Order: sequence, then structure tokens, then C-alpha cells
Amino acid sequence: MNLNGKCPTGPIEKTWDKHRFDMKLVNPANKRKYKILVVGTGLAGASAAASLAELGYNVEAFCYQDSPRRAHSIAAQGGINASKNYPNDGDSIYRLFYDTVKGGDFRAREADVWRLAQVSSHIIDQCVAQGVPFARDYAGYLDNRSFGGAQVSRTFYARGQTGQQLLLGAYSALSRQIKAGMVKMFPRTEMLDLVLVDGEAKGITVRDLISGEIRCHVGDAVLLCTGGYVNVFYLSTMAMGASVTAIWKAYKKGAFFANPCYTQIHPTCIPQSGDYQSKLTLMSESLRNDGRCWVPKNRGDNRSPNDIPEEDRDYYLERKYPSFGNLAPRDIASRAAKEQCDDGRGVGPGGRGVYLDFRDSIARLGEETIRERYGNLFEMYERITDENGYKVPMRIYPAPHYAMGGLWVDYNLMSNIPGLFVLGEANFSVHGANRLGASALMQGLADGYFVIPYTVAHYLAQTKPGKAKEDHAECRKSIEDVKGSMKKLLSINGRRTVTELMRELGTLMWNNVGMARSKEGLTEVIMKIPGIREEFWQNLRVTGNGAQINQQLENAGRTADFLEFAELLCRDALHRNESCGGHFRVEYQYEDGEAKRDDKNYCYSAAWEFKGVDSEPELHKEPLEFKEVHLAVRSYK
Amino acid sequence: MSGQNEHKTMTLKLIVWRQNGKNGPGRFETYTAREITEHHSFLEMLDVVNEDLIKEGKEPIIFDHDCREGICGVCSQVINGVPHGGQERTTVCQLHMRKFKDGDTIYIEPWRARAFPILKDLMVDRSALDTIIQAGGYTSAHTGGAPDANAIPIPKPDAEYSMDAAECIGCGACVAACPNGAAMLFTGAKVAQLAVLPQGKVEAKERARAMIKAMQECGFGNCTNHYECQAACPKGIHVKFIARLNREYIRALIG
Ligand SMILES: Cc1cc2nc3c(=O)[nH]c(=O)nc-3n(C[C@H](O)[C@H](O)[C@H](O)COP(=O)(O)OP(=O)(O)OC[C@H]3O[C@@H](n4cnc5c(N)ncnc54)[C@H](O)[C@@H]3O)c2cc1C
Ligand code: SF4
Ligand code: FES
Repeated sequence: MNLNGKCPTGPIEKTWDKHRFDMKLVNPANKRKYKILVVGTGLAGASAAASLAELGYNVEAFCYQDSPRRAHSIAAQGGINASKNYPNDGDSIYRLFYDTVKGGDFRAREADVWRLAQVSSHIIDQCVAQGVPFARDYAGYLDNRSFGGAQVSRTFYARGQTGQQLLLGAYSALSRQIKAGMVKMFPRTEMLDLVLVDGEAKGITVRDLISGEIRCHVGDAVLLCTGGYVNVFYLSTMAMGASVTAIWKAYKKGAFFANPCYTQIHPTCIPQSGDYQSKLTLMSESLRNDGRCWVPKNRGDNRSPNDIPEEDRDYYLERKYPSFGNLAPRDIASRAAKEQCDDGRGVGPGGRGVYLDFRDSIARLGEETIRERYGNLFEMYERITDENGYKVPMRIYPAPHYAMGGLWVDYNLMSNIPGLFVLGEANFSVHGANRLGASALMQGLADGYFVIPYTVAHYLAQTKPGKAKEDHAECRKSIEDVKGSMKKLLSINGRRTVTELMRELGTLMWNNVGMARSKEGLTEVIMKIPGIREEFWQNLRVTGNGAQINQQLENAGRTADFLEFAELLCRDALHRNESCGGHFRVEYQYEDGEAKRDDKNYCYSAAWEFKGVDSEPELHKEPLEFKEVHLAVRSYK
Repeated sequence: MSGQNEHKTMTLKLIVWRQNGKNGPGRFETYTAREITEHHSFLEMLDVVNEDLIKEGKEPIIFDHDCREGICGVCSQVINGVPHGGQERTTVCQLHMRKFKDGDTIYIEPWRARAFPILKDLMVDRSALDTIIQAGGYTSAHTGGAPDANAIPIPKPDAEYSMDAAECIGCGACVAACPNGAAMLFTGAKVAQLAVLPQGKVEAKERARAMIKAMQECGFGNCTNHYECQAACPKGIHVKFIARLNREYIRALIG
């Protein structure tokens, strides 16, 4: 079956305005009759919940942390893009649109990307109105920096804590609505199932992480804003609690999962130091504005980096990509780092690292300027590695960071299940096969502030409010199912801990499905995963009980879902016989190692339909058409 | 380069507060952390201890953690009597074991404050901080209709001052460190961040009044100028923001 994204047609620059006019509205007096469930209160969820409540809808919002202010959006460092063209360097909606389509390696819908570029400016306006303290110049105007994949400066930032400041802005708007009684907030509450009534999304089943209570919430629409799934690699830059659970449960209830194999490996993370390691730490890509990546020219050169003279250094990004240099996009920069290390020229423990060197920019601008720009990142680096980045080049290595894939949604951000909307990193919409830096924050806020308020109305206007009640048979069944699986997890009483099993899965995934993938590797992993799954269900040990705080039980549930999801990710990677963006199949590359796309056979989004845990999922295709930006080999040379 | 003596490991004695649920009695329990390297973070050291406990069929130590990179503000442990462990500008999750030596005894407790009831072991309920923000920690700007972001220039020093205050991660260490359990640093930071900006000035007085009222209702104590809060704050939030809060509050009182 071919899927239809239901994008508006006509001249691209008119699509969103025309669509906004064509959509149905809910009359102001009727809005309060509708209840919307918002799962996740990161940038996407908090902005959506606040904006919908301001419009007069009743909102219930959920997050697993103890406060909405702690969603993982808080960790974003570098910045947020917008096509303001304040620096007068040639930016425009069209250029942001073009860069994003090309950056995504031509695997996203043009209309969705256009809308994102169009509303990007309003996001900055909105955030400033909320009191977000963006960086400013001495005239008092907003400052910009550059990010990978762009030749203009369009990234707005708040020191090295842009995500924190944007999230606190959205959280403050949300807090205002909580106070006003329009949003009911349920922190420390995890969604464990989606409830469908007559084929439409009308509720969720959750576990109260303090009391252990399992209950159902019903509403007229459900918004999943639950973030990304790259913790499937175990070690990543994600928060410890980030999981695929919410969207996986929706997938198992019939929502299509699109492009799960499009995962982003971020080039500048602090290398792993030991097996006990629980997560990896990102060093913002903005560092590549002033830091230069290099490795020794000669294998086995173990002089200290400052003793290696210029002629023995290989600034490999500048060499390979002269026009973008150190600001090559992430997928390209990560693969280049891996290439150097595979070639035996990596540095640090195990040879899995490259240098990020600030010597030249410190000589040019002075240490003070560098400290002003990135001081907190240098401090963080020193706390973790005990090394001073001003004096010795930093060591960095790529790490799993972001999921471009996610639940399939149409132009209205609605999945194939009516009433189920998916926002932010949890959906698959605009980044294609690779996301450009500073574009996730933009997308999360675009979805929440400026898209969903219109598109959810279009759905609600066509449904009667209050269709489902908490005691509906589907709710009762869902509660029983969730209770059943909790009980099962607690009763295995085996010998392996959740962490051991998750680490086993993650290592397998990282080694075979991380930065480079092959048919053999993927086939092998697909054969091995059911074994780990079986081990999990036979030999897991979770102590304590379900009627109290039990972090192992929470992790066990998340791991159980990763153990199923990992297989889907591999199947998607195996079926896509091409390399594009973050998906690199070693069989498909040019002689110089660049990714070889196959537009003839794979110019589509792959949306998978669940057919049972041990059965193969069914593939649906949504063909992609490029009318504005012509399909071309993506070059940053 | 460091990182070369990673084969040396430490053994540590941990004395940890365990409390089963809100009203359950609490007690200290002693554990041994083995094979810890200087590169383990403090929380990774606790992970090691917890893995052992699970294998022995016991309940692991419950503690809040999520980002593990010092920004979400959820981690909250008092280590040897000091919230976050006493390394300057560092949260527990960013504290590394190179700050300890082989054979050390380490006391680990939850935040202790009237407004933060203990939920279990080292985990506390900090929803009172959200309640303070809900009382007024925002500008009342609706989505849509905001003027161009560059319409009102903001002097760089004001923007920097605002950002200095905005760095607060809402961890509550300031409250835990305060002998009175006051939340003045937390509240002051938010009030100051917004009051200095043209967008936030409009509601500055009402905001200070409402947030202070919420603070008192939530059971936080009064500030008697001990400045323990600033010393414990992992983001280096300055006590000058408390002065700013007091100023805005007085303005609110005199109309
Ligand atoms: C270290 C780091 C740095 C980054 N830097 C940048 C940057 O500089 N620029 C940029 O544009 N992007 C950056 N990104 C990416 C960007 O931050 C994220 O993609 C984006 O913030 C995701 O927002 P979100 O709202 O979709 O999800 P999140 O912020 O992850 O929020 C997810 C929400 O869902 C909730 N949740 C999840 N599962 C459940 C469940 N089962 N039940 C209940 N609640 C649930 C969580 O509690 C949370 O509230 C960075 C990411 C990382 C990790
Ligand atoms: S002021 Fe400092 S100690 Fe207090 S909550 Fe904010 S960051 Fe934590
Ligand atoms: S775990 Fe997020 S700040 Fe420590």
C-alpha cells in the first residue's frame, strides 16, 4: 500500500497558508468540551500543552521526570535555527528549506520542511517574549553563530544552554496554564499503553511511578511528544530514562513506524572510558566553529598532541571537504572520524578518538574569547576527563545522539491512527535521513507552538467530544494487559540484571548497526536479538515489587520494548539497499567512501506495520517527490 | 596525558540513608563499593553497588538521576554533609571518583528540608519548586502575536545578568543547604532573570509578590543571610539575586 502524507499542493510558498485556511476550526465556546492528552513535556510537548490550553482546550500532560522542566530537551547546548537573516548574509526561508532538504539527504517531504522554515522566525519572537535570554551583541540585538551543513549564520543561542533556556520558556508557559487550571500535570507518570476506541486514539494507560498505580486516562485526542529512541544503543547522549516505549506501544496498536534506521551519530562526544560507563556526553557541535579536527598523519604516532608538528597532522575534514571544512554535516563528520580510527590513526584509549584542537583559534582570538564562547563546555570536558582543553586538544568520538525516524505522521502530524498525533523527535517528519545541527529544537517548538494548534482543531472539529470513558472495556483491558506484563517482569526471578541485558543489546547494536551497516552484520543481529529477548524473559531479575517506587521495574519495561524495537530498526536498515544520511551501508558507497543513494529504488519513506512480535512487519511506502530542490548527489566538498 | 593509571582501583565504604516510603522510618546502611576507578562518576559508582545488591536479591538504593550531565537538575544527594558533594559548580552526576581516595568512608543522604518530603531512600519530592514557578515565574505572553525578536534591543549587560540568573537548574541544593530550608536563591533567580528584561518588567512586582507567597505556603523557611545556598549551588547562582528579589518584593508592597 502506498501511503499519502496529504500535503497541500500548489506553489510551495503558499502551501501552509492555504492549508491553514482550508482546515476546520473549533469554535471558541466548544474548545473547553474537548480534552487533549499530551504525553511528554519536552520542547514539543510543553509548547503544545501550553498553546492548546491558552486556546481553551482542557489538557492533561504527562512526563516520567519529577517535573516538566527536566525533559531531555534541557540538555541541548548549541542553538536553534531560524531564517531571520539578521546578519544579512543571504539567509531566507527558501535557503533554510533548501539546506534542510539537502541536509536530510532528500528523504523528507518538501511541504513539511517548507512549513518548518516558514514558522522558524516566529519561534524566536515567541521565545524572546517569554524572557528567554538569548545571546546579544553590544548594540543589544540578537547574536548568531554557524552550525554544520549551512554557510550562513542562522543559529540563535543562549550560552551553551540553549535547550535549557528554550525548555524553561515553554515550561513557564505551561506553568502559567497549570496555575490557570487549564492543564493538569502528571509528573513521574509513565505511559505504558495506548487505548483505541473504534479505531481512534482515545486514551493512555499509565503507571504512577511513586505509588505504582496503573490507570487509564481518556481524552479526545492523544499527542505523543516522547522524544527519541537512540538509547537502543545503550550508550548515547540521551537521558537515562529516554526510551522507545510510548511510540512502541502505539506501534503495537497499529501506528506505523517510519524510517527507524535513520539514526544520528554525533561527531563530537567525549570518548568512552570504561565498561562501567552509563552514558556518553556530547560536546556541542558549535565547538567546530573554532576547533579543528585532526589525527596524526602516521599510524602509531604516540607523541603527545602538542609535540606533533603541523606537517605530521592530518586535518582530515578540511582536506576532504574544503568548502565546509570542520563544519561538514554530522553524518559526514562522524564517518570521517571513524574512517581515520579504522585506519589506525585514532588517538586515546583503544585508538577510538580524534583531536578537536583550539590552539589556532586561541592564538587568533585569545583564550578569553574562547572561554566566553564555550567556557561551560571546556569545564564539563575537564570534569569528565581531567584534561584542560585550552592547553591540550580535546579528544572526541562519535556517539548515538538523535533519531530521525519515528512514528509516521501526515502533514497534520497525525499518525495513521485517527486522533493520534506525534510531535518533536518522536515523529519522522522533517529531517529525512540526517538532521542538521540546531534544527531539532526548531522542529520541536514549531510542532508545538505553531502547527498542532491548527491541525488538532481540524481533527477535533470532526469528532464528538467525550466519546470514551475511563471504564470503557478497552481501558479495562489495557489496564489488565499492563498489570500482566508488570507481574511477569517481577516474577521471572532469574540471575541477570536489566542493565546487563540492555548493555548486551546495545553493544551488539552499536558494533553492527551504529555508524556502518552491512547485509551480513544486520542479518546476524536480526538472528541474535530473539536470543537476548528470550534470555531476558527467562533469566531477568527485578527485586522489590510493583506497588512502590521501583526503578528496575521501570527500566525492565523500557528494555523489553527496546529488545523488540531493535529488530525493527535492523530490518529497516537491511531493506534499504542504499546509503543515505545517517544510514550508511558499506556495500553502497562511491570510491572515495561517500554515501551512494539510490533514488530510483529508495526515494520513499518506509513505514512499518506491526504484525506480531515474532512475525515480520509489513512495509508501506510513501513515495517522495522533489519539485523544488532537485535530487542531486549531496556534496559538501 | 592522564587516564593511564586506570588499572588502579579503589574500595570505599558507603554509609547510605535508606527509607522505605514517605512515612517509613529511615536508617543508615553500610555498603562496600569495590573496583572503582578514578573515571567512574559518583552515580556510576552507585550503579556498581546497586548491581551487586540486585544480584544478592536485595533492593537497590533509589536515587533520582536522568541527564547525568549536570543540566536536568534531578540528581540530589548530600555527600558527607554537603549537597552535591562540594566540588565547585558541580552536580552529583558530574562528580567523579578521582575526588576520593581508596579506603574513604562516604556518607550519602537525601536533601533534607521541610518542603521536600522524602519519597524513598535518596529520592525527594520537589514539586514545591514547580508550585513557586506556577505562581508567577513567567511572562504572560500567549503563543502567537509576539513582535519581531529584535524589535526591542536589550543591553548586553542586562541580557548577561538575565542569563546568569536563568542558569538555575531547579535542583534544590540551595534549599537543602540552608539552615532555614529557604528557597530564596531559587526564587530570586527567576524573579531577577525576568525583572531585568523589558518583556518581564511589566509583571515584575506582581510576580515577586505571588512567588514569595507561594514560597511561604509551601513550607520553605525565611532567609537569614547565611549564604550557604550560593556555596552549594552547582550553577554558581549569586546571592545578589536574593537582594533583587527583596527589592522587587518591597516595590510590590509599597505599590
Ligand atoms: C546532548 C544533546 C544536545 C543537543 N543539542 C541540540 C542543539 O544544540 N540544537 C538542536 O536543535 N537540537 C539539539 N539536540 C536535540 C534536541 O534536544 C532534541 O531532539 C529535542 O529537544 C527533543 O525534544 P522533544 O520535545 O521531542 O523530546 P524530549 O525533550 O526528549 O522530551 C520527551 C518527553 O517525553 C516524556 N516521556 C518519554 N517517554 C514517556 C513515557 N513513556 N511516558 C510519559 N512520558 C514520557 C519525557 O518525560 C519528556 O517529558 C540535542 C540533544 C542532546 C541529547
Ligand atoms: S539556585 Fe542553584 S542550588 Fe538552587 S535550585 Fe537553582 S541551581 Fe539548584
Ligand atoms: S542527573 Fe541531570 S543534573 Fe544530575
